[in-house]
Amino acid sequence: MVVGLIGPNGSGKSTLLKAIAGVHTPSAGSIRLGGKPIRESASHVAFVPQREEVNWDFPVTARDVVLMGRYRSVGWLRWPGREDRRRADEALARLGLEGMGDRHISQFSGGQQQRVFLARAMVQDPELVLLDEPFTGIDVKNREVFHGAIQDFARAGISVLIATHDLAEVQATMDMVMCLNRRMVAFGPTAETFTPGNLRTTFGGQVAVFEAAS
Amino acid sequence: MSWLTEPLEYPFMQRALMEVVIIGVLCGLVGCFVVLRGLAFIGDALAHAVFPGVVLSYVAGRSILFGAFIFGSLTALGIGILSRSRRVSEDSAIGVIFAAFFALGVVILSRQGGFRQDLGSLLFGNILGVSTTDVWVTLVVALIVGGILLGLLKEFTLTAFDPTMARSAGYPVFALDLLLLLLVSATIVVSLQTVGNILILALVVTPPAAARLLTDRLSHMMMASVGLAVFSGVAGLFISYHAATAAGATIVLTATGVFLVCVVLAPTHGLLATSRARRRGRHHAHHFHTNEEIEVS
Repeated sequence: MVVGLIGPNGSGKSTLLKAIAGVHTPSAGSIRLGGKPIRESASHVAFVPQREEVNWDFPVTARDVVLMGRYRSVGWLRWPGREDRRRADEALARLGLEGMGDRHISQFSGGQQQRVFLARAMVQDPELVLLDEPFTGIDVKNREVFHGAIQDFARAGISVLIATHDLAEVQATMDMVMCLNRRMVAFGPTAETFTPGNLRTTFGGQVAVFEAAS
Repeated sequence: MSWLTEPLEYPFMQRALMEVVIIGVLCGLVGCFVVLRGLAFIGDALAHAVFPGVVLSYVAGRSILFGAFIFGSLTALGIGILSRSRRVSEDSAIGVIFAAFFALGVVILSRQGGFRQDLGSLLFGNILGVSTTDVWVTLVVALIVGGILLGLLKEFTLTAFDPTMARSAGYPVFALDLLLLLLVSATIVVSLQTVGNILILALVVTPPAAARLLTDRLSHMMMASVGLAVFSGVAGLFISYHAATAAGATIVLTATGVFLVCVVLAPTHGLLATSRARRRGRHHAHHFHTNEEIEVS
């Protein structure tokens, strides 16, 4: 299932994602995944951060980045093996980056970098994938590969939660939508929840809603 | 050949050579993370902050490593905690505290006789005066620090590259950051005898910075960094012997020379390579332009 998380700037989209990812500790309440507290299932959550949170000058190749998704299952004091590298290359190929594993991460375009990070999420074997603003600065071609990968997750029974400003994207491609503005305004199947009324409540005066004349 | 063998007839030169090689390996390794995490300023601060510890153990007649380790560890923990509570501007706080620590060391030392000469050897290192015990201590510390760094290399890499993902994968990021600062601190402390408080940062920062220019892979960068650091140390030591110059400072200048060579000659990041690439780019643009003109005509 693919869930879109929408809301104006400062509405708490990123904060909610990071709380689920275990980056922030909630000040009240608890987060559960499959009935268990989220901390215990940290390795089942794959988080794709916003671009600014990554150190792009660090000397790592695309394959190195994808392999980071295997670190938790490899464990302390051990190194990823041949099987891990094979999975990394496979994930890169699935995202249309075949044979580019040895390139430094800064030599990719913004959209390709996002795909590398999606490949990393893939090899984590997650139950839940969290994407923070993945569509920022992505062109049409990258977007297609991206959608393919997200559908792969959905088909494999992996839930995907995407925080985004891109309302058209949400309406066109996501199964469910959550409207957030410092509290949850609405949550449900996109067809029922993505309504002019809910959007106005969520975004206040910041969004112009044009209703179809049909 | 005697240029190389003659100095090594002296036991103090043999010890100095061993010390410089061990320090080169250690600084080359740990320095990679200092450079990649942008810890140069913190490293400099650490080197100054351990000064009172150095002076106190010197005055008490103990090995200077003893006090330096205590002050170094306390300072590393202090910085780690300080950088977590974002209430004070980190830079200013570090600047204020470490200038104060350094001054404290000078004040304590100035109460002793023979002030100037002592101050000189503490500030600029005394590689030719290292004892066999010093070499052993350095080797043990280097093995421990190097072992921890290589053992946790994948965790240090992840927290440096993508701290958010590290935290979401359940890694103790704060503890790892603190541990890294302790490793940097230990490295600086054992290297103090080589080049002293003032110049130590050069040994930790210059070789890895040069190595970063040569490659885009961490493993290669670490190997190159170790190689350049050891080379600078050994070459600097021999040059200083023959030229009768201060050993620590000569080592640092040698490392700087190596760095400048890398800046100019590095394969993709160097000045020559980038200017050549730019020229080639211009040529291509030019060719493309003429082709178009031909087609049009």
